[in-house]
Amino acid sequence: MSETATGRQPHFVAPVEETPLNAVDSLNEAAPPTSLWAEAWHKLRRQPMFIISALLVVLILVVVLFPQWFSSINPLVADGENCRLANSLAPPSPGHIFGYDKQGCDVFAQVIYGARPSVLVGVLTVILTLVVGGALGALAGYYGRWLDAVISRTSEIFYAVPLVLAAIVLLSAFRARGGVGLIGVVLVMGAFGWPQMCRITRGAVLAVRNADFVKASTALGVSRGRILLRHVLPNSAASMIVTATVSLGTYIVAEATLSFLGVGLPRAMHSWGMQIGDAKDWLRQSPEVLFYPAGALAITVLAFIMMGDAVRDALDPKARG
Amino acid sequence: MGWYLGRRVLQAIPVFLGATFLLYLMVFLLPGDPIAAMCGERGCAPAVETALRARYHLDQPFLTQYLLYLKGLLTGDMGVAYSGRAITEVIATAYPVTIKLALMAMAFETIFGVAAGLVAGLRRGGIFDGTVLVLSLLVIALPTFVIGFVAQFVVGVQLGWLPTTVGANQSFMALLMPAMVLAGVSLAYVLRLTRTSVSENASADYVRTATAKGLTRSRVVGVHILRNSLIPVVTFVGADLGVLMGGAIVTEGIFSVPGVGNTLYMAILKGEGPTVVSMVTLLVIVFIVTNILVDVLYALIDPRIRYV
Repeated sequence: MSETATGRQPHFVAPVEETPLNAVDSLNEAAPPTSLWAEAWHKLRRQPMFIISALLVVLILVVVLFPQWFSSINPLVADGENCRLANSLAPPSPGHIFGYDKQGCDVFAQVIYGARPSVLVGVLTVILTLVVGGALGALAGYYGRWLDAVISRTSEIFYAVPLVLAAIVLLSAFRARGGVGLIGVVLVMGAFGWPQMCRITRGAVLAVRNADFVKASTALGVSRGRILLRHVLPNSAASMIVTATVSLGTYIVAEATLSFLGVGLPRAMHSWGMQIGDAKDWLRQSPEVLFYPAGALAITVLAFIMMGDAVRDALDPKARG
Repeated sequence: MGWYLGRRVLQAIPVFLGATFLLYLMVFLLPGDPIAAMCGERGCAPAVETALRARYHLDQPFLTQYLLYLKGLLTGDMGVAYSGRAITEVIATAYPVTIKLALMAMAFETIFGVAAGLVAGLRRGGIFDGTVLVLSLLVIALPTFVIGFVAQFVVGVQLGWLPTTVGANQSFMALLMPAMVLAGVSLAYVLRLTRTSVSENASADYVRTATAKGLTRSRVVGVHILRNSLIPVVTFVGADLGVLMGGAIVTEGIFSVPGVGNTLYMAILKGEGPTVVSMVTLLVIVFIVTNILVDVLYALIDPRIRYV
């Protein structure tokens, strides 16, 4: 500065290599454009919240698939060794880290084996709502007109009846006629859970229906069905998947509530809801028997909700920076 | 506005009819023969049994039964429960308690949810925000009955601060804990909704303009940010009233509140079809009406929304 103070102001132009323009120019135009999903994945990989919840989900799925890796005791088999009344509400001992319940059964083994029915009901219900609600929502949003009116009004009818209430009424009706298995509970929850997915899908399909790429496909002579399957649905999948992950947690909680009320899964399945229901009677003597299955349930639901949240944030174009 | 309201009410009619039909169909599946249960082990005389079946229209085909039920509903006569009590009477004793409980829960979730969500949304990423987010996730992840039992055990039994059960004493203090437990999950959702929408609106252009023209911070937050952030919250809270009343089955069971949830659950277990349909139908009406009210409220909150 001091050298030029007396002379003329030097006209300084920075070399191109030192300007931010360089970064713009260095963009590889030939590179294939990254899709919404690739971009989201790129972002998710550095999100601690996503990594933790995804690891938890993987761990839960391993427990669901291979409970025998985690516990040498199988509480579903009554061989006289598993439960001893002498151990009733006994504190933890080596090899039985969570202690025993009222019947003298190992709590840890029950919590491990309880994961399968609880998570399975949630996952199957979500798949059912994705297939039924997704298909109906896509048809309503894409074809519109009378189909939209019929589907939307029908979904409103099912939406007006609270899920847990409807499930209690239906399941108690079936219970007196021999009861239902896991599939029955899934069907009942799916029957009243699909409207939510239907609404979300319909909204998402409506949003992309008039996009330029859809018009381009129409101009190219692609059939309507093919446009729906190949272009509209993949572009609506983001909000469907986020809703599915979050509602998975809701369905797991709903199953626990139903089993707790005694109208859910068959007793032999020992889901977390049933364990909590059994433990609540002995809350004053040994609260920890209730806390373990409740904790397992909470961690599972949390993992799915957190994963859904993280995926939504990654897919949200507003949050892109 | 009047036209809009009329159209919404007309649109609600098919939903109402469909939902009651669906309920009736489901309850028609309810187990057991109530007349046989009334008569007991020895059985009634055939003439008495026929008379009873005729009285409850059980000798009619399903569709006729449904139409008769609808007719009764429209004329304010919901029929007689199998216990012999008029269903309107059963409802009159059960509903006030549940409505009180649900309104308390609603007030609780709105006041605390919006307040905490506003503070968290304005200071996104702060300590309060983080704590509140984790807590709200925990509440969502835990089933209501777990929260209910733990609250009853800790607050009611160990600390002795609030009554453990409600029963005949339906005072404000007695209903406070059940209402808080009932509100729990919704409170978490209200909080998260408010937080997201407040933090989105806080960086909006009109907020910057409001600050730039010299409005006080409290006016910017209270009028410009909060009012615009309340729309998703109002949608949620409105739709929630029906859910709260229906979801009271578990909460009322835990705290023995003699409301809709308890009466309904007993009726379901006993296979009392008429009682179940009538009580759930009323819940559906509450749901539909609050949804219409929510749409009207939009216009009051958001000056951009006008109905013609």
